[in-house]
Amino acid sequence: MAHDENDLIVRLRERARRTRRRNLRLIHEARNGHIGGDLSATDILTVLYGEVLRIDPERPDDPERDRFILSKGHASGVFYTTLAHSGFFPADELSTYMQPLSRLNGHPANLKVPGVEASTGPLGHGLPIAVGAALASQIDGASWLVYALTGDGELQEGSNWEAAMAAAHFGLDRLVLTIDRNRIQLASRTEETMGLEPLADKWRAFGWAVREVDGHDHGALLSAYRDVPLESGKPSCLIAHTNKGQGVSFMRDSTGWHHKVPNDEQLEMALAELAEAP
Amino acid sequence: MSERHDCREGFARSLLELAEQDERVVALCNDSLGSSMLGGFKERFPDRVFNVGIAEQDLIGIAAGLANGGKKPFACGASCFLTGRALEQIKADLAYSGADVTLCGMSSGVAYGPLGPTHHAIEDVAWLRAIAGMTVMVPADASETAQAVSAAYTHPGPVYLRLSRLPVTIVHDADHRFEIGRVSRLREGDDVTLIAMGVMVERALDAATTLAGSGIEARVLNMSTVQPLDGEAVVAAARETGAIVTVEEHSVYGGLGSAVAEVVVASHPVPMKLLGIPGVFAPTGSQTWILEHFGLDAAGITAAAMEVAERRRNGRG
Repeated sequence: MAHDENDLIVRLRERARRTRRRNLRLIHEARNGHIGGDLSATDILTVLYGEVLRIDPERPDDPERDRFILSKGHASGVFYTTLAHSGFFPADELSTYMQPLSRLNGHPANLKVPGVEASTGPLGHGLPIAVGAALASQIDGASWLVYALTGDGELQEGSNWEAAMAAAHFGLDRLVLTIDRNRIQLASRTEETMGLEPLADKWRAFGWAVREVDGHDHGALLSAYRDVPLESGKPSCLIAHTNKGQGVSFMRDSTGWHHKVPNDEQLEMALAELAEAP
Repeated sequence: MSERHDCREGFARSLLELAEQDERVVALCNDSLGSSMLGGFKERFPDRVFNVGIAEQDLIGIAAGLANGGKKPFACGASCFLTGRALEQIKADLAYSGADVTLCGMSSGVAYGPLGPTHHAIEDVAWLRAIAGMTVMVPADASETAQAVSAAYTHPGPVYLRLSRLPVTIVHDADHRFEIGRVSRLREGDDVTLIAMGVMVERALDAATTLAGSGIEARVLNMSTVQPLDGEAVVAAARETGAIVTVEEHSVYGGLGSAVAEVVVASHPVPMKLLGIPGVFAPTGSQTWILEHFGLDAAGITAAAMEVAERRRNGRG
């Protein structure tokens, strides 16, 4: 069992490395994208799509599938890469990212791309949608769960707190929110822009079961997702502590890499670092 | 005078029937159970009605999520808040996502009269018909409303159902069948066409009776779907009657009149008069008073029709 678990962690690590490398090339080719927030979310998406979500790319509309809703829709680079590597569409198509008539526009659209549950981009939309989906599962007494991923800066949108109240009020323990807590929004730190702390206390006060995890530790993420619902009758909130630009030294925890595009030299340096990383 | 009914009666009746037939039908409201007339629904199906509190953005997002989870949500609230407060959710979560959700906008127009312009919904049709993929329905009476609810249920994709609370007579014959995107022609005439939506249709019919007394035969069209608009009926009205008056309990900017004018200028330009709220916040007064103040009553419509018919005779566009 422990051996299998080690194999799994190794597999996830390789998958995350592959995703980051493809993601970087995607943005370099498109000359557009949001690399900082892509890289902070990569490990979360890798664990969800690599092991946690009960989904079948051959049947993206299966009524009993788990739902994943990317509220931080600007992280489309890592999302599309993950969906392609999961078999939802051919990986070759990634090279069309943001090109004319591509279905892979800068923010994901559910009517265009299989595996996308809701069109997102404007912030503060994903969690209310996830609440509605979890409510549908609860009404039916179904077993499928709803996973939402928000950024941290986007929690400044009030709609999230409307949804936070509703999820607790309706007792939606089929809902699992992960917050990509990279501490940086567009071009500044969240706490200097509009402070979010004490973030865990806020979610607890709104009636959620909360756990804080290292959002780049696959084992810790896996363990947390295996424990949901964290409390019966309550929605679960995982605050994943991450770094913007994780995996590339000169991008990591930098306020300058929200949507900056690496030049040729920077791309080569980044890819080399990722090739050598343990 | 025939019996008058609030359109919401037709809404409540029809929604309950659908819920009896299909367990996927759920109702949501923003602390507006009573004004949305969902009391009967809650009594019959307490587990299928959800009050999300005073939170319109959340209301729309939750409705989109319920649709994703296989439900048929009807999201209800006062039109002013439902559309204005949650416009981006309507655009992104419903229209751009193709969510099969029916928005039920209650007490539209100036129904809240003296409560003031914050509570008037006179921009909602303009906002929603500009969003790709939205269907906008404004039924004329309680009976047509009941059919519109059923049509919204059948129609895949988001619908905005705009309802009034002003009691009106049943303007259609018993055999009327509401169809999305199709006008109903309630009176024949060749001198001018009155195109109205919602509870203004009854007033347009009253005006047509008055006009007939003055020798002007007015065609009356109930444009109960504003998006998609029945362009063919508009072109025919322009060609065959040569003058058009539009009547809406809405701003003249961006609503029914604008939609009709867009078709008329591109096909067969004729004199037009757009009756509605003329780009101002309405002064304090009851709904009836405000409508009369802006000429949205039979007398005002009659005068407008005479004016455009005269312009047509004089050959001035």
